[in-house]
Amino acid sequence: MAVDVLDLARWQFGITTVYHFLMVPLTIGLSLLVAGMQTAWVRTGDRKYYAMTKFWGKLLLINFAMGVVTGIVQEFQFGMTWSAYSRFVGDVFGAPLAMEGLVAFFVESTFLGLWIFGWDRLPKKVHLACAWAFSTATMASAYFILAANSWMQHPVGVELVDGRPRLTSIWAVLGNNTVLAAFPHTIFGAFAVAGAFLVGIAAWHLWKRSDDGPVWRSSVKLGTWVGVVAFTGLLISGDFQGKLMFEQQPMKMAAAEALCHTEEPAAFSVFAVGDVSRPDCESVKSITVPALLSFLAHNDFSSQVKGIQDLVPEYQAKYGTNYPVDERLGELSGKPIDYVPLLPVTYWGFRLMIGFGAIAAGVGLLVLWLIRGGRVPTGRWFRLLALGSIATPFLGNSFGWVFTEMGRQPFVVVPNPTGVDGVWMFTARAVSNSTPGEVLTSLIALTLVYGVLACVEVFLVRRYVRGGVAGVLPDHNKTERKDDDVLSFAY
Amino acid sequence: METFWFCVIALLWLGYLFLEGFDFGVGMLLPVLGRDETERRVLINTIGPVWDGNEVWLLVAGGATFAAFPGWYASLFSSAYLPLVLFLLALIGRGVAFEYRGKVDSARWRRVWDAVIFVGSWVATLGVGLVLTANVFGLPLDANGDRVGSPFAAVTLESLLGALAIAGYALVHGAVFLSLKTEGEVRERARAVALRIAPFALLPLVVLLLLVQLRFGTVWTYAAAIGVALAAFGALARLALRREGQAFALMGVAVACAVVALFGALYPNVLPSTLDPAYSLTVENAASSPYTLTVMTWVAAFGTPAVLVYQGWTYWVFRKRIGTRHIPQVHVPQ
Ligand code: HDD
Ligand code: HEM
Ligand code: HEM
Repeated sequence: MAVDVLDLARWQFGITTVYHFLMVPLTIGLSLLVAGMQTAWVRTGDRKYYAMTKFWGKLLLINFAMGVVTGIVQEFQFGMTWSAYSRFVGDVFGAPLAMEGLVAFFVESTFLGLWIFGWDRLPKKVHLACAWAFSTATMASAYFILAANSWMQHPVGVELVDGRPRLTSIWAVLGNNTVLAAFPHTIFGAFAVAGAFLVGIAAWHLWKRSDDGPVWRSSVKLGTWVGVVAFTGLLISGDFQGKLMFEQQPMKMAAAEALCHTEEPAAFSVFAVGDVSRPDCESVKSITVPALLSFLAHNDFSSQVKGIQDLVPEYQAKYGTNYPVDERLGELSGKPIDYVPLLPVTYWGFRLMIGFGAIAAGVGLLVLWLIRGGRVPTGRWFRLLALGSIATPFLGNSFGWVFTEMGRQPFVVVPNPTGVDGVWMFTARAVSNSTPGEVLTSLIALTLVYGVLACVEVFLVRRYVRGGVAGVLPDHNKTERKDDDVLSFAY
Repeated sequence: METFWFCVIALLWLGYLFLEGFDFGVGMLLPVLGRDETERRVLINTIGPVWDGNEVWLLVAGGATFAAFPGWYASLFSSAYLPLVLFLLALIGRGVAFEYRGKVDSARWRRVWDAVIFVGSWVATLGVGLVLTANVFGLPLDANGDRVGSPFAAVTLESLLGALAIAGYALVHGAVFLSLKTEGEVRERARAVALRIAPFALLPLVVLLLLVQLRFGTVWTYAAAIGVALAAFGALARLALRREGQAFALMGVAVACAVVALFGALYPNVLPSTLDPAYSLTVENAASSPYTLTVMTWVAAFGTPAVLVYQGWTYWVFRKRIGTRHIPQVHVPQ
């Protein structure tokens, strides 16, 4: 029955992780922008920046709570559903996770508490420093978890002892070139999310002719520029990642292109018509840009890029043709290993990642142009455009992860072509020896709870968005009263 | 080195039980001590700035276990699967409830989240006690470290007793904390409740420690068990005299002794197998390599003092007692 558990565990991990990663980029991006707004307020004393800090800060808090509670589930899941994986990689993988907690989460949670409750209580500059401590810690946490994840994509800094990887250099793990590329890519992805969030909501307020016009106008401007810079950063860092990936995981990149045969020079497929998972390839019509893929892979328009059909025999020669006979592998025991990831997912995941990110940046620029010189479009389409575009970078991020994680199948720890032999693991071997009933119970329970929470969060965010600046600033008569004893912000 | 890390993990559990113990307790007592909306807000605001920081102690205990004893982390978490799922759901509910309950001005909205805080706090506390005690008394593990037997193997008479023990402790600890952090009527009520329930609420802990003593006892777990009883008694005596700060500190001593007794009973195992002692996970066979432990030691040596300093500073910043007169009007978008 191990196969059932495997599928359930994969669904559970996929659902909970992608869900966690809806909150994560918004928290990372917004916390830095809010710290910036607060800095502007502290330096200029301009009420506009105060209003921006309060308004966007409140939305950040609503989102943060969900990020925390879904993150806790992630921390436990490795042991709960992937215990064989945890045993195998523990010597290496646990360290960055523990560092994340000790170095990042403690700072994050403590200074956020100080920030929420410390308005008026702390000296202005100290309070501002709390915002910066918090936002820096979110980035640190991202670095550590990405280092852990990158090690699975590209194991380094280990030797093999008794059939298990053993850490030989923590610096190699933290300085893995995979994480050096993935970190900027993920952070820019986070800023793409935060930028579109600002643009969408602020443009809607402009359209509604809400009070505090300057607040919304500044927010649109800030959001657009953040979004455009983020997208440029994504292109550059993504290109860098792609080049690494062609070396480290050639199958993933061939799958990203659904490239059947080795080509020289290889063309980049922009859009395909037909079923990309058909083995014969010939039936798929694809709009291509000649030689672009060669350039993406090796910075050289004429180089060779290997196709799936030529890679499969290489993988089979290195890592075996069949799974071992082992009852814990259930139905997969002794079966041939399929080295090709699900092509429609990788092919379309890659394109949707880029496409949605491009839409977000484009809409930002369009909105900025539409509101030039104090103009505001009145049509309903403008409202739809503004609010609709908020979703696009979220989708881009999710597709990016789905591509990254599904593209490494059937491995959970992908073999490093130039690394130590034997340091790799099939996903089928990683799963706990649980009963399907257990995992099914948790899968259903978590999905239901997450569904309910999604409704609550959307409800709250909408309410606070509608409430605008007035909804988050203290009543006027009360701000006059300077009473040290009243809590500045209370639950 | 392995033993050192065993102690570090015990210490992280101690930090967790001591700190989140009182915020669990506050949640468990919410409907009892908070008679009206303002009072309930007083209660919640006593832990407002700190509960998330307290919870991170658990995450770090988990992360450190993963890094230092991967075998322990893997076997415990996969074996106690269902209790942990329940525990996680409770933590999820509590976490969002604190943050969201004040965000809409409606009595019904608040009632729902109050219920979530109350139930979540109870379930989470019982869950921690259950899993921790099951760990001390052992699980049916095979040679591979996998659980043999039903998904409910972690639920035994001993672990149920452990659940009650930790819940009882959190209840009293929370009440003592509230009498330290509030003023006026709420403070009086919290104090009265602490004194009234303590004899019953702390009983399971005492019984549990006796049981541990009988089963695994050594001289120093014995001493620790006696320490718990003395410290708890002292705490109540100080509380009766309105020395709330001292009472709170003594509750800390009590839980420290309890953790020493439980982990002392466990050592040198980290997770005993009830099937065959040969399958038990020990500090030797479940530990990471010396290099990894060295790396982690460096991280802990720099990280932990910093955490203690800035978390301590938070408690200092928010050291004032809170009363109903401090609670501002609700101000949320309509
Ligand atoms: C690129 C960034 C990133 C990625 C890939 C992940 N997370 Fe995350 N996580 C964060 C970035 C982040 C954050 C920005 O630091 C969060 C999001 C919102 C928040 O509150 O902090 C967070 C919160 C958060 C928390 C709660 C922290 C607290 O109580 O303050 C935990 C336990 C985890 N995460 C654990 C994980 C695990 C085990 C992941 C792997 C599957 C994971 N996260 C993926
Ligand atoms: C250190 C961090 C991570 C670890 C150890 C990890 C590990 C895993 C494992 C064991 C699986 C199940 C095997 C599989 O089906 O592929 C999985 C699946 C998945 N993960 Fe990750 N992952 C990590 C980070 C992330 C992050 C941060 C995301 C993005 C939000 C992510 C997205 C996914 C997705 C979408 C799946 C489902 C793919 C599938 O079912 O095949 N992962 N991951
Ligand atoms: C031309 C633009 C882009 C290129 C060439 C590109 C390239 C890549 C590549 C090669 C990966 C796989 C890395 C791996 O397997 O580890 C990746 C992952 C990812 N991409 Fe992109 N990307 C682009 C745009 C975007 C955009 C616009 C977003 C989001 C809005 C985005 C979000 C992500 C995320 C979240 C991941 C997974 C995390 C990671 O591995 O860093 N990407 N991207």
